[in-house]
Amino acid sequence: MSDTLPKVPDTASAPPSAGDGPARPSPLARALAHPLLWPVLALVVLLAVNVAAQPGFLEVRLQDGHLFGSVIDILRNSAPIMLVATGMTLVIATRGIDLSVGAIAAIAGAIACTQIVGAADQGAASVAIIASTTAVAACVLLGLWNGFLVAVLGIQPIIATLVLMVAGRGLAMLVTDGQITTVNNDTFSDLASGFVLTLPIALIIALVVFGLTAVLTRRTALGMLIEAVGINPEASRLAGVRSRTIIWTVYVFAGFCAGVAGLIIAANTSSVNANSLGLWIELDAILAVVIGGTSLAGGRFSLAGTLVGAVFIATLARTIPTIGIPSEANYLFKAVVVVLVCLLQSPKARAAIGSLLTARHSKGATS
Amino acid sequence: MTQTDVPPATDDVPGQATDDGPTPATGPQPDPGTPVVEMRDISITFGAVAALSGVSLRLFPGEVHALMGENGAGKSTLIKALTGVYTIDSGTILVGGREQDFATPAAAQGAGISTVYQEVNLVPNLTVAENMMLGREPRRFGMIDHRAMNRQAAATLERLGLDVAPGSVLGDHPIAVQQLVAIARAVDVEARVLILDEPTSSLDSDEVAKLFEVMRRLREAGVAIVFVSHFLDQVYEISDRMTILRNGRLVEERMVAGTTQLELVQRMIGRDLEVLDQLDREPASAAPTRGTPLLTAVGLGRKGSLEATDLELYDGEVIGVAGLLGSGRTELARLLFGADSADTGSVEVRASRRRLRSPRHAIDRKIAFSSEDRKGEGVIADLTVADNMLLALQASRGWLRPIPQATRTRLVADYIEALDIRPADPNALMRHLSGGNQQKVLLARWLVTEPDLLILDEPTRGIDIGAKTQIQALVADLAAKGMSVVFISAELEEVLRLSDRLVVMRDRRKIAERPNDGVSVSDVLEIIAGEARSEEETAHV
Amino acid sequence: MSTATVTRPGPGGPSGPAAPGSPSGRPRSAWERVRTYTPSSRYLPVITTAALFVGMFSVGGARYEGFADPQVFLSLLLDNSFLIVLAVGMTFVILTGGIDLSVGSNVALSTVIAAKTLEMGWSPYLTVVAVLVTGTVLGTAMGLLIHYFDIQPFIATLAGMFLARGLCYLISVDSIPISDETFQTWAFASVDLPGGYYVGWTSIVALATVAIAALVLARTRFGRTVYAIGGNESSALLMGLRVASTKVGVYAISGFCAAFAGLLFALYTLSGYSLNAVGMELDAIAAVVIGGTLLTGGRGFVIGSLLGVLVLGVIQTFISFDGTLSSWWTRISIGLLVLVFVVVQRFMTRRQP
Repeated sequence: MSDTLPKVPDTASAPPSAGDGPARPSPLARALAHPLLWPVLALVVLLAVNVAAQPGFLEVRLQDGHLFGSVIDILRNSAPIMLVATGMTLVIATRGIDLSVGAIAAIAGAIACTQIVGAADQGAASVAIIASTTAVAACVLLGLWNGFLVAVLGIQPIIATLVLMVAGRGLAMLVTDGQITTVNNDTFSDLASGFVLTLPIALIIALVVFGLTAVLTRRTALGMLIEAVGINPEASRLAGVRSRTIIWTVYVFAGFCAGVAGLIIAANTSSVNANSLGLWIELDAILAVVIGGTSLAGGRFSLAGTLVGAVFIATLARTIPTIGIPSEANYLFKAVVVVLVCLLQSPKARAAIGSLLTARHSKGATS
Repeated sequence: MTQTDVPPATDDVPGQATDDGPTPATGPQPDPGTPVVEMRDISITFGAVAALSGVSLRLFPGEVHALMGENGAGKSTLIKALTGVYTIDSGTILVGGREQDFATPAAAQGAGISTVYQEVNLVPNLTVAENMMLGREPRRFGMIDHRAMNRQAAATLERLGLDVAPGSVLGDHPIAVQQLVAIARAVDVEARVLILDEPTSSLDSDEVAKLFEVMRRLREAGVAIVFVSHFLDQVYEISDRMTILRNGRLVEERMVAGTTQLELVQRMIGRDLEVLDQLDREPASAAPTRGTPLLTAVGLGRKGSLEATDLELYDGEVIGVAGLLGSGRTELARLLFGADSADTGSVEVRASRRRLRSPRHAIDRKIAFSSEDRKGEGVIADLTVADNMLLALQASRGWLRPIPQATRTRLVADYIEALDIRPADPNALMRHLSGGNQQKVLLARWLVTEPDLLILDEPTRGIDIGAKTQIQALVADLAAKGMSVVFISAELEEVLRLSDRLVVMRDRRKIAERPNDGVSVSDVLEIIAGEARSEEETAHV
Repeated sequence: MSTATVTRPGPGGPSGPAAPGSPSGRPRSAWERVRTYTPSSRYLPVITTAALFVGMFSVGGARYEGFADPQVFLSLLLDNSFLIVLAVGMTFVILTGGIDLSVGSNVALSTVIAAKTLEMGWSPYLTVVAVLVTGTVLGTAMGLLIHYFDIQPFIATLAGMFLARGLCYLISVDSIPISDETFQTWAFASVDLPGGYYVGWTSIVALATVAIAALVLARTRFGRTVYAIGGNESSALLMGLRVASTKVGVYAISGFCAAFAGLLFALYTLSGYSLNAVGMELDAIAAVVIGGTLLTGGRGFVIGSLLGVLVLGVIQTFISFDGTLSSWWTRISIGLLVLVFVVVQRFMTRRQP
């Protein structure tokens, strides 16, 4: 490179074929580099552990037109996390975070249950529908509030949503008057335990919301604009992207998802305890998003990864008692998963591992 | 500052003790005895790209040494190598004759090498004194002695002739004062070498004078100062010796006295100048079709960035904006586009008077703006070339109406071919492209929106010569097709080559506007410098 | 004029954009200084919180009989001693611009370890050491992850939160009573004050923690580095400060404080339980915010956090004295207070972009 003087470009312009660009990798390398590889692999390992501990684990049987089996159970149980995580994915893609979703879920459950209990005909389907709609509408309002704080007032997302995280359960208790409200409404409890077309309704709801989100973000330009705002807000603004509207929208959507999730959780026990409903679901949802390969720093997101992440968490919760560990130890495993995923995503950790593996001296100057 | 003489302050500073009293600006005679710092044959590569190859630098005590070069010449890389931010691949760094290898900025500081960057690298939430003394506060019984600390800080400030209360919170002061405090801190670390990396870009002329006064005091005290600045006049005013870099290589080390500005610029630009000359365009057809203006700005201004400015733009016209960094050229562009909102005045587009309050307003009126800060305000690094290219068009259509796949493919393919973007892969991630190719994608982003007016702020900065010529040719071509262009560049040759009309900026206002009929670089420099001389009354060649 | 005499900074020092030419030169009388005293904007939030506390306490005293009794204030300290200690640790972390979600679980873990080891017959002193070491190690580990692998504080301490809670359950799912005599003595030890009042030892310990923390933050290089990192981390690095050890250090301190708070909590409840202190990290964060510390880092004082805890405590006292208000109003009003502080801080920082 010594005699081609005038051709030496500026520091940023490596020739296109230079080694650091993605230069036509082999199919195997491509598969290895696929963002979904690790989450799927982790899920498969988890399932394998289950099968080893309980050979009939994967069995699914049809009974009374319903599918039954551990796998179906896990999927049904993962529905709330799936919902919340879907909303969270979009929020995180805009460089945000929503800590208030657990509290919002509790408020949704509280509103729905108190409305049903207060209705003249507690068991009527119409009552359940009206109550659920009201609850979700309230959650959309709460999402609007979060979005207002973040997009309009410009408060850091983690701080802005902390407000509702702190106050939200108080609001839920205000709604239920501090009581554990139990409802007796078949339509409502069907939200969690009912079946349609052999599948649990909860799962169908979660998948429908997920599917609509996927279509809405990937078939329209919404996903690209969300990513643009998340990666470089200022460049997006200068390109004319309505970043404020987009950011506001994702918080509203997160509120909506949390509301629906809250309904399903409440329906599962046909009751609402404002203190414990959806407790820490925000953390599980964030975990699902992170496991799915979406970076907490915002930008490119993977809804499919989030789906895998949510199922992974539900499977983990199921696996631990199966292999004879007290289910409370679930948290330990989650901690390990969080650390592993973060280390895998951390450029610094990768560099450290890389230099350990290749045993070559690595340069201090990385961008 | 109108202060009486402050007592000489040479006692605590290492190095030779010169007498106080003003020394002539010519500086000490070069005495290539023992340089306080010598960098020999330094090379640094990033990936496959050589950022520095075989560069040397000598710094002598008691001199101001200007480090000259265009963007991308390797100045900042060299500085970062000296201050321990980057590790060098080959070469040696000698400090006081002994070989040193700085692994961290702290190590370099320990050896007496201090740096003050363009952005003030202090913490705004602490006091001036704390900022100066952080990390080496005087202690009594293991606890920080705030009184002693304030006393020491006050002494240093006084020595430099700075009137700043040590107990005031740093963030409450204007940037210029913060910059001076940063220097005070750097000097207080018993600095033998002080590196000033573009310290003047955000200062006004009074503040620059103040800074130079401080620099002279330090020079008298035997400190070797590395001065990086885009302002040639300032370099000539304060520096004794200079090292010129180009494309990561050493061009020459020479004394400032006896080097004309023309010689300097030629060495900085090198052969590039000749290559560019081949592109010479017909001097503008004085005034293209006038008629109603496309855009009229009346009294457009914003506090602290641009004084009220009038401007008219016509279809098919290229307006070149010349001016030094910080002259208000970027601010003008941002106000025209609504990227910053104006405090005063209005922008009228095709006779519809309405203040542009956001980029969207401007885009709706078919105005496009490519920012000088390619990385921070242009590139969406983790999206593909195609997404980057179509971002503005998509944003104006709204998210519900995605661009049809067929149109998308065609548009992207067309522009990749037309602008010769490499790699010619629509799905390549933007971050993998070179600066020049990124710039072309950003241009394409606006061209697909078919604007009437294209505002280009430094579109050719930091990109290789091939891409540079291509972009210049493109601008000429667009104007010929009737698009109106505002072209802003630090390179006067480029501005003159392309523009029909010339606007000269200085000190945040428009100082001249004239048709580009045979105006030469020296004419423009004279316009800028003429103002400069009469205002600052600086007495140099 | 000479700048040497400008050296009169301190709390009342002239701040504000008074760059060159601040009042100097002529000597000012003490009265002059008192008369023209305007608190630096840095102290405004703390003063606001103090005023808020005094105001609420006065209103309570006016409305409810027995509210203004000094013993109410002293019990406020007693009932919240663990939260005070927790908020102190959290203040360090938040001052660097970080956050520590693990403290609630860490408290629970500490109570469980204390109860379990005492049940196993350990010496109470050994128990104390074991608890403190565990908490500090946990905090340090999170700090290392955060600093050396660039993992966001939020997510790293989330892992710590899960880990600590998981360990709790591993040790014991059920509540373990503490019957150790030394612990019992500590729990009930108090100092009699004139007038028949008394103050619990745990409150004194908590106040001492605040004092030590205040001293460390104000008067040590470590403390000033904490502020510098919160102000601008990359600047702090370029200034050659010990950013790495400080950043890891604040999480270690937070872990230590959480363990210490856990001990106080164990003394308070005389038991160890895995479900203790669920969501207590939120209370700690809220107290710090209400105490005027900027969540983005760099500004705030531990004394503010102490006041923040007291405000939270007085809200609770208020509600219990009132009798008609339900307990959930506590959470709602805390949320509102946090909101007000966050929004006001946002507008205060917006002025200086």
